[in-house]
Amino acid sequence: MSSAIEVSGLRKAFGDKVVLDGIDLVVEAGTVFSLLGPNGAGKTTTVNVLATLMAADGGSVRVAGHDVAAETKAVRATIGVTGQFAAVDELLTGQENLQLMADLHRVADGRQVIGRLLERFDLVEAGPKLVNSYSGGMRRKLDLAMTLVGDPSIIFLDEPTTGLDPRSRRTMWDIIRELLAEGVTIFLTTQYLEEADQLADRVAVLDQGRIVAQGTPDELKRQAPGSHVRLRFAGPGDLEAAARLFAGSTRDDEALTLRVPGDGGTEPVRILLNQLHDNALHAEDFSVHTPDLDDVFLALTGRPNAEVVTK
Amino acid sequence: MTDSVIMLRRNVKHVVRNPTTVFNAVLFPVVIMLMFVYVLGDAFNVGEDYVDYATPGLMLLAICYGLSGTSTAVASDMTKGIINRFKAMDVSRGAVLSGHVSTTVATNLIAVAAIVGVAFALGFRSAGGFLDWLGVLGLVLLTSFAAAWLTVALGLAAKSVEGAGIATVPLIMLPFFSSAIVPADKMGPGIKQFAEYQPFTPIIETMRGLLNGTPSAGTAIAAVAWCVGIALVGYLWSTATFKKRA
Repeated sequence: MSSAIEVSGLRKAFGDKVVLDGIDLVVEAGTVFSLLGPNGAGKTTTVNVLATLMAADGGSVRVAGHDVAAETKAVRATIGVTGQFAAVDELLTGQENLQLMADLHRVADGRQVIGRLLERFDLVEAGPKLVNSYSGGMRRKLDLAMTLVGDPSIIFLDEPTTGLDPRSRRTMWDIIRELLAEGVTIFLTTQYLEEADQLADRVAVLDQGRIVAQGTPDELKRQAPGSHVRLRFAGPGDLEAAARLFAGSTRDDEALTLRVPGDGGTEPVRILLNQLHDNALHAEDFSVHTPDLDDVFLALTGRPNAEVVTK
Repeated sequence: MTDSVIMLRRNVKHVVRNPTTVFNAVLFPVVIMLMFVYVLGDAFNVGEDYVDYATPGLMLLAICYGLSGTSTAVASDMTKGIINRFKAMDVSRGAVLSGHVSTTVATNLIAVAAIVGVAFALGFRSAGGFLDWLGVLGLVLLTSFAAAWLTVALGLAAKSVEGAGIATVPLIMLPFFSSAIVPADKMGPGIKQFAEYQPFTPIIETMRGLLNGTPSAGTAIAAVAWCVGIALVGYLWSTATFKKRA
């Protein structure tokens, strides 16, 4: 099995509101696939359909080689889902939550599995405490630990780091990378561009129920015309001269900087530096900017999206 | 261990760890019993010792007071992510729901036992034999089972945990408009007819007959029919709502 998830023509509407308008995607086994999009793009709905929690209106969805509608049980046996809101039992302790999962999965050596998971997620001390005393980060960790009790080969993570502080987010990223190293396939949704960039092998940008771009983070970044060289000059005179020299550049008189578009390669930069030299112009500061996924989103959807957070 | 047993254990832990649930389900009915029997009892003229009259009704009241915990627990499961986890793990909806039903029945049994214990302490005497008591136990179980399914449905239908708590208020009030506290024929016009024909009255009258050692087949058939009907409606409503929501 090389592809863990295959989706084609997936459609879903709530009443007359179309949420998913024909989604096609393929996730290779043992990779991280990230669905990136703003709130309301349809990310959670996609996860719900793929994870058998919701029926599609149209299209076909195969997870681990099984059709989610016809072979729901077989799909459920291989997947784990960690939703946007920590699906933990507040009135049980962390340990009891894991025990509940071990019981439901009929795990034979439950105690050992639980002990290992508590250790791995740094919850040994918190284990015997009631979950309603846990912080947001601890809940997310417990939630993911509960998902892992059943040893799933495909894991759906719906916005796993939304609302977490930067440190907890790093911890979560490390855990996701570890899972990947163990050969687990991960389907991740996020509204954080950096997260998709950091973790994903492939990214699909979802906007208003349609996938507007798909590829590796680098491929996507190349689609955005955001690569440029930034020069800062000592005085307005030099800036003026440089701006005349480089057609298509944009200047910022206050910061005394000039933005010269490039294509990401080294050759245009060499030419640019030579031109500066030939004209006896001297830049105080020089930097090359490659586009991030923010620029990509802007380029793909044609609108800056306030809901997409660059953090 | 079946999924239902695992779920039952989970729900029992919830009940035990939530002092409000324990108070509402077990202690509050006892407090009401002390109020009506010990404090006000001598003022009621029902033609027999008031404790003997009131005990069957208070047993039913104890069942009803245990229900608000169930509907809120069900609603809380539904509004939090945990239900999706169970669903994605292929835990049957039967196990999730019947876990709540059996927890309710267990809590109800404890509450009813407490009421009977306090009743004896207050001077309750029963002329019923072993078989009569067995009949009482059976009817308590059946009533609790039926009411629990209806309550699970109310919890599933509620949009919020708070709403689910409010949804059981009519069930908690219903015993007061039956022959539980005073005979129906002592009530005002309108209420009297309502009390005579509502389901709790035949259930209470059947228990009263059994405890007095004078069971009546007529009320017993009506009581069982009501229970079966309520259980069926509750079960069908629950499964339909669960399918729609989860």
